Amino acid sequence: MNASVPARSASAASARRRSGVFGLGVPGTLGLLVILAWLLVALAAPSWISAGAQDIGGLPVFAPAQIGHWLGADYLGRDMLARVLLGARYTVVVALVAAVGASAVGTGFALLAAVSGGWLDTVLSRGMDTLISIPSKLFALIMVAAFGTSVPLLVTTAAVIYVPGAYRIARALAVNVAALDYVVVARTRGESRWYLMLHEVLPNIAAPMLVDLGLRFVYVVLLLASLSFLGLGVQPPAADWGTLVRENLGALWEGGLAVVAPALAIATLTMAVNLVVDALPGRDARKAVR
Amino acid sequence: MGARIEVENLRIVAGDVGLVHDISFTVEPGQVLALIGESGSGKTTIALALMGYARRGCRIASGRVRVGEVDVLTLAESGKRALRGRKIAYIAQSAAASFNPSRRLLDQVVEPALLHGVLERAAAERKAIALFRELALPDAETIGQRYPHEVSGGQLQRLMAAMALIADPDVVIFDEPTTALDVTTQVEVLAAFRRAMRERGVSAIYVSHDLAVVAQMADSILVLRHGRMRECASTVQILASPADDYTRSLLAASRIGERAPDVSAQPSAMPLLEVTALSAGYGRVRDGKCEHPVLEDVEIQLYAGQAIGVIGESGSGKSTLARCIAGLIAPAAGTIRFGGHPLPATLAQRDRETLRRVQIVFQHADTALNPAHTVAKILERPLAFFHDMDANARRRRVAELLDLVKLPATLAERSCVGLSGGQKQRVNLARALAAQPDLILCDEVTSALDPVVAAAILDLICELRREVKASYLFISHDMHSVRAVCDAIVVMRYGRKLAQIAREDYARGPHHPYYEQLARSVPELRTGWLDEVLAARPAPTGVFVP
Repeated sequence: MNASVPARSASAASARRRSGVFGLGVPGTLGLLVILAWLLVALAAPSWISAGAQDIGGLPVFAPAQIGHWLGADYLGRDMLARVLLGARYTVVVALVAAVGASAVGTGFALLAAVSGGWLDTVLSRGMDTLISIPSKLFALIMVAAFGTSVPLLVTTAAVIYVPGAYRIARALAVNVAALDYVVVARTRGESRWYLMLHEVLPNIAAPMLVDLGLRFVYVVLLLASLSFLGLGVQPPAADWGTLVRENLGALWEGGLAVVAPALAIATLTMAVNLVVDALPGRDARKAVR
Repeated sequence: MGARIEVENLRIVAGDVGLVHDISFTVEPGQVLALIGESGSGKTTIALALMGYARRGCRIASGRVRVGEVDVLTLAESGKRALRGRKIAYIAQSAAASFNPSRRLLDQVVEPALLHGVLERAAAERKAIALFRELALPDAETIGQRYPHEVSGGQLQRLMAAMALIADPDVVIFDEPTTALDVTTQVEVLAAFRRAMRERGVSAIYVSHDLAVVAQMADSILVLRHGRMRECASTVQILASPADDYTRSLLAASRIGERAPDVSAQPSAMPLLEVTALSAGYGRVRDGKCEHPVLEDVEIQLYAGQAIGVIGESGSGKSTLARCIAGLIAPAAGTIRFGGHPLPATLAQRDRETLRRVQIVFQHADTALNPAHTVAKILERPLAFFHDMDANARRRRVAELLDLVKLPATLAERSCVGLSGGQKQRVNLARALAAQPDLILCDEVTSALDPVVAAAILDLICELRREVKASYLFISHDMHSVRAVCDAIVVMRYGRKLAQIAREDYARGPHHPYYEQLARSVPELRTGWLDEVLAARPAPTGVFVP
């Protein structure tokens, strides 16, 4: 029975993994398609949309959906569809790059700390503790005051703010893995620190770190929205989706599309990211161990 | 008083997979029935079903369990709760994991009696102390005031028995109660258990994978495999004339003979490994002495082609010795010479060639193999790392290595997650062999395996000794396995080497008293062994002054 049960679940898992693109399964593939669609929008929207679509007062304030203006108008009478499509650039690119950057840097430092131990671990951990103790909004304020606002600065700021969180989770996971016998065996073989980090430890903490990435992405979207609220984020008339939700809050009372549409856009993107993360291969194999 | 246990056509499933198929047996009042089988054979599942309990994800599908006059499976949850701890008590394998570390022992031991309203607190405490005395626990009056971490493993196991017996149950279920204990402690615990059971006349179910232990404790034995009953008969009959093939293979595995690999070590003038006055430990080092010494003044000489067994109880420093040689722990004093040259203390100071020549194999193959890698990747890494082989040469060598450890070549592309314990341990050995080392340090490589699988691994190691030119330092707490594969035995206790005994002298005594004590404490596969040991023993036992 012991031999047959894992074999069964393993074959079932591999059968499941074979379906869909890159073996992601149906939900994962769906999520991937949504992400790719939004990325395409983010890159192509500026060339699709005519300059006139952004004119203030072209339509009545909070105009309902109509032919030619499928999502109605915003609080200044601008075409909402154009606003959402143009906003994709900021939300998708800025949030995704910042979240991936934060996770990658955090995980990298965590692997280094866990595999090295000793003073390097202490220095890195205390450094991260220092960083985490600075309030994120305050940190963003200082960055903006010092360097002005720009998209690269926003990405960097958001990434730096979320590095310590990713680091702490990754280090907690990596320290446990680094103490296991297979890492000790690799050490007695004389493997380099680099090999231990990338080949022995990383594959075994990748799955939870990707889940963490999905969560962190949502945080970054929220951070961008709140920075825009303070006037420190993406500068008007450009707006990310979080800003669109906030500036059109007035439409909430009538259930207007102007506030629902960007909210739905955020929801589809975050759900898509999490669907892909959940469907990544290796999760079944890891579950089978436990 | 003991109750009659009747189990009829018990079937337990997990989802749509059957775990236990149509098990029926009867235990007369005051009798002990042993459930024996390898891990995954369903023995613990059956034992838990006697209390009407199924683990998460499992379900008792059909069948009948009667304990005394009670039909357990038809009871409501409240009825089952009234039964557990009161009529049926359970003693788990790991007492350390079964006690709450933040509460005093006495409070936990009297809990079943208070919970079921059997006794008042003062009376329960008096009874607990009487039980402590009966189970031969030291300081019976005060031991209950301690916390679980303040007593030893063997004492904790007896305290758990006291907890089980405090409500005067009719049935006691022992689930591998001595598996985690050292042999010398095991004798004490078994003796205490048996005396307590006999005096009360309770019925018992004894779950174990160790036939030799069961032979001392049980009146009859039920042999299980893959959730099916293979054989059920009296202990004497099973040991003398087993009817089933699987029972015979279990018996054969328990009677590990000496495999006597006929490789006589070519006595060369210079030892391959020479450990001199080695001390190691934890904490600050001052004048070559550690704050918390683990090893003190250990000397070992290992010649090329030789296999030396290091035996000792937990805490004797035998694993620390292996780790010092492997470079994982820097010695506080003393030298390790390898192939005539001093071995640098830490891994960072050793060159690649030295690292290649010493390989270590760990006890738990589960944690020794990276679950993210395939078998091929695990085996290819040392080939690429030490021998700079190209992809084709590596593939050929991996096939050879798998063949050497008797695994099918098709396994190479599989992840090591789905392998069985025995297969994992073979891959673990193959990885060490891939480096073509001169010295292989085996740290308890068979301890976590079932007896049949462990016997196969020992056979493999003996064969490897013949086919691969390497020396072995074989660390174990199991006298049988050490005797089976080694040319000499080093006995360790409290971090010191007590004696070294060559293979030729195993039978010739007398040896060091502690070695004799260890050898005597290994259960033998016949009934009445425990009685002989207890009878032959000089009055105060287990006390030995080095």
